[in-house]
Amino acid sequence: MSVKIILRNTEYEVKPGMNLLDALRKINILPEGVIATRLGEMILEDEILKDGDVIKLISVISGGNQ
Amino acid sequence: MKCKTCGQKAVVNMRQHKLALCKEHYLEWIPEQTARFIKKYWMFGPDEKILAAVSGGKDSLSLWDILHRLGYQVDGLYIGLGIDEGIGYSQESQRLTKKFADERGLKLHIVDIQKEYGADIPALEDKSKRGQDKPCSVCGLVKRHEMNRIAHNLGYDVLATGHNLDDEAAVLFGNTLSWSRELLPRQKPVLPAHDGLAKKVKPLCRFYEKEMTAYAMLRGIEYIYEECPYSIGSTSIYYKELLNRLENERPGAKLSFYLKFLDAREKGLFAEQVESSTAPMFNCSKCGQPTKYDGECSFCKLIGIPSDEPSLLA
Ligand SMILES: [Zn+2]
Ligand SMILES: [Zn+2]
Repeated sequence: MSVKIILRNTEYEVKPGMNLLDALRKINILPEGVIATRLGEMILEDEILKDGDVIKLISVISGGNQ
Repeated sequence: MKCKTCGQKAVVNMRQHKLALCKEHYLEWIPEQTARFIKKYWMFGPDEKILAAVSGGKDSLSLWDILHRLGYQVDGLYIGLGIDEGIGYSQESQRLTKKFADERGLKLHIVDIQKEYGADIPALEDKSKRGQDKPCSVCGLVKRHEMNRIAHNLGYDVLATGHNLDDEAAVLFGNTLSWSRELLPRQKPVLPAHDGLAKKVKPLCRFYEKEMTAYAMLRGIEYIYEECPYSIGSTSIYYKELLNRLENERPGAKLSFYLKFLDAREKGLFAEQVESSTAPMFNCSKCGQPTKYDGECSFCKLIGIPSDEPSLLA
């Protein structure tokens, strides 16, 4: 029973049944800095994560001066 | 969460506006808002020729996409910096930018720094031996000079860049920590044309970085996801993370930090220093661009340094 969360080359696992916001809190990732997708669709923080879900996080921060 | 407009499932939630939207309505909302900011800050009109500085990243490609959708006359400028670092960073950003332009039939100007001046950004940064955040400051100098040069030579009225609110707030945060009398008064969504330089505008300056990423993704824009290898660990990223921590606890904090600054500046709190606004400007003896000191501008000095000699830059 688990949900996989992937950010760049790092994989995290959380328990199913919690929402995305709680999951991000659990693995210490600021929601403000990422966009979460499941099966290519963007999901919001109130989305309940289900067993077997694979959540891909897209980092939104870029740096340097443009 | 439901879309405020149609009640369908929302894909974007903007806590600072208390606004959630579905894909369709978000993709309408962004250009509507951009058009509003363009008018509010007097950026440009429908008859003006705009040059958008594009890097292959989400912000600048989205900017180009939005201005094109709004019906403005907008061409792109890509500056090839020659940054590789084992991931072919510049090469890949150029490919994505070209692809974006080709697919939409947009006009793209490409300037390659190596071809133009015989040295790429890593080589120039070796020569300059500038202080902290070195490559970024050399890169910024080169890009500014080249954007001004191309806009001037090709007769564009306005230069548009893809700076988002997180970029602006991070710069503002840095300038506030040092109470920069020189930089604070100059941070504006619009810098008027002066001394032969084109007007500069930032139409995305009120959108969060997360919102621009969502826009690029939902529009299906292929952008370079990799960080510029030189920006990793930079101060600007550190400030953005600090501000996001604040934003997380207090939704809207980032936006109000920036907007209240603009408001305070408007009311005279950060009046341009007399010395800097009345200081005579010179024209670079080599390229003709305005410069604070008599002689060559910093860009021409940098390009002119023989690669085996110590830096002449202050
Ligand atoms: Zn809707
Ligand atoms: Zn010069």
